[in-house]
Amino acid sequence: MNAPLIYALTGAALFVFGVTGLMLQAHLLRKILAFNVMGSGIFLVLVGLAQRTGIPDPVPQAMVLTGIVVAIAATALALALARQLLDQSGEMRLPEEEAGKDKLDV
Amino acid sequence: MFDPIPWLILSPLIWATLAFVQGPGRGGRLAVAGVALQLALAATLAQQIIAGGARVYAVGGWGAPLGIDLAADGLSAVMLLLTQAVALPLAFYARAYFAAHAAPLRYFWPLTGYLLAAMNALFLSADVFNIYVTLELLGLAAVGLVAVAGGAGPVSAAMRYLLATLLGSGAYLLGVALLYGVYGSVSLAALAPLIAADAPTAVSLAAALMLLGLMLKTALFPFHFWLPPAHGNAPAPVSALLSALVIKASFYLILRLWFDLFAPIASVTAAQFLGALGAGAVIWGSLLALRQTHLKMLVAYSTVAQVGYLFLIFPLATGAAAEVAASAWQGGALQAVAHGLAKAAMFAAAGAMIAATGRDEIAGLAGVATRLPLTLFTFVLAGMTIMGLPPSGGFSAKWLLLGAALASGQWWWIVVMLAGGLLSAAYVFKVLRQAFLPAEEAAHFKPLPRTLEWPAFLLALASLLLGLWASEMLNLLGAA
Repeated sequence: MNAPLIYALTGAALFVFGVTGLMLQAHLLRKILAFNVMGSGIFLVLVGLAQRTGIPDPVPQAMVLTGIVVAIAATALALALARQLLDQSGEMRLPEEEAGKDKLDV
Repeated sequence: MFDPIPWLILSPLIWATLAFVQGPGRGGRLAVAGVALQLALAATLAQQIIAGGARVYAVGGWGAPLGIDLAADGLSAVMLLLTQAVALPLAFYARAYFAAHAAPLRYFWPLTGYLLAAMNALFLSADVFNIYVTLELLGLAAVGLVAVAGGAGPVSAAMRYLLATLLGSGAYLLGVALLYGVYGSVSLAALAPLIAADAPTAVSLAAALMLLGLMLKTALFPFHFWLPPAHGNAPAPVSALLSALVIKASFYLILRLWFDLFAPIASVTAAQFLGALGAGAVIWGSLLALRQTHLKMLVAYSTVAQVGYLFLIFPLATGAAAEVAASAWQGGALQAVAHGLAKAAMFAAAGAMIAATGRDEIAGLAGVATRLPLTLFTFVLAGMTIMGLPPSGGFSAKWLLLGAALASGQWWWIVVMLAGGLLSAAYVFKVLRQAFLPAEEAAHFKPLPRTLEWPAFLLALASLLLGLWASEMLNLLGAA
């Protein structure tokens, strides 16, 4: 097993952890952290896979920089929304779906 | 020759920033002028494409692989035209809508501008990474718009939408990372000839991840959970923008990826699976629309159902004869445009009815037929496209899809389309029936400005006339 593959597999594992957390954690702060873990996993795959020739490739590094900027903006928006939700409902979690809205119970 | 490509992205960026500085009043006027300019630009681009074929523009004079290329062909021109043609009446509508509300929404115009800039850039992108960036910009602007009115309902709907859209673009970006790892390129034009039927497993995995992410963003059944609360809780102009345009952007990408990039590895099984999800959306979305007690939620679930039709392209066009595939593809593209116009009209009309009656429940609509005849007529015309009655654009689209299903002998999709048509007639008539009841004694109707009714009517009329213009649109679609 060579180094790029180790990076890529670690990245894939982080992605899976992140997605699982994003879906299963109820607390919004944990969801936002899970999103960042997922993002780091993707960036690791992007940089790791591309250096197979042994020479670092600048293109994916530029892409990861762009990706980090996007992730920061998304995290900031998520935190602002979570804060507003906390102010208005007093809870850091999403309310359950309203009963009957997405169900066919007659 | 004047090149409209960069200005289609710059114009909304400029007026959005000015609108942010100037506040909502002047911002609205700037937006109307800006979108009108963009409509002219998109029409110019469409003419250039019909005359001279697909266009490529190297941003800043730095072409790929060092810089970023923008590209436009028939499909992008159609989507660009649709975007500006829906946004212009909605800009007039939104000015009237927010003028009637006490607290003008400060961030509506800037966010709408950034949304349009992201969408135009997405339709003009020529590489999978640039597409990722525009997808994220689009998602963040759309989430901001859902939350623009504040309040616990919209904010939690926006949060749910944000998490779904971030998960979707995350899956997409992982697909991009795998593609780059295998081929060392992100350009659509460079990747397309490299991907062959014997591509490594990583490419199939990348395709699956990218398509899954985009399906989540398009709210294809069973990933539709975020759409009804987000589109139902937002102010009416925002719901119209989101339902008509934003989900079409990710659908456009699915079309591009499936037919341009991954065509050699697209299997009939995968296509049938996508079609099955689409059929599920048509049936489930229509049944739930029928069950709603609130007008905007009904219209939102109708979007879930109509998205399903779009995905019937894949089983009909994959592995079929060239003629059948072309008819399915054209039908799907026409459905995207017809639904965009009709759903914008429907949400705008719903918003006008809610503004006049002061109630969001369908039960509160009694008397609308006599007090708001134009708005109800708008709802009916838009409903005709949703149901697929002739001569609407929705009819031409469903006719082409039905033809493709007959020609390829896949009768089960015909059953789905007919059942969906009947169910959509049921939920449109559910609204009409209530609207034609006599008004209650205590009911109070607020008079509406004309600018709140006419833009929606024009959109509905356009969706109807699209059936007559279909050949011109298909002509532009075919220009490569």
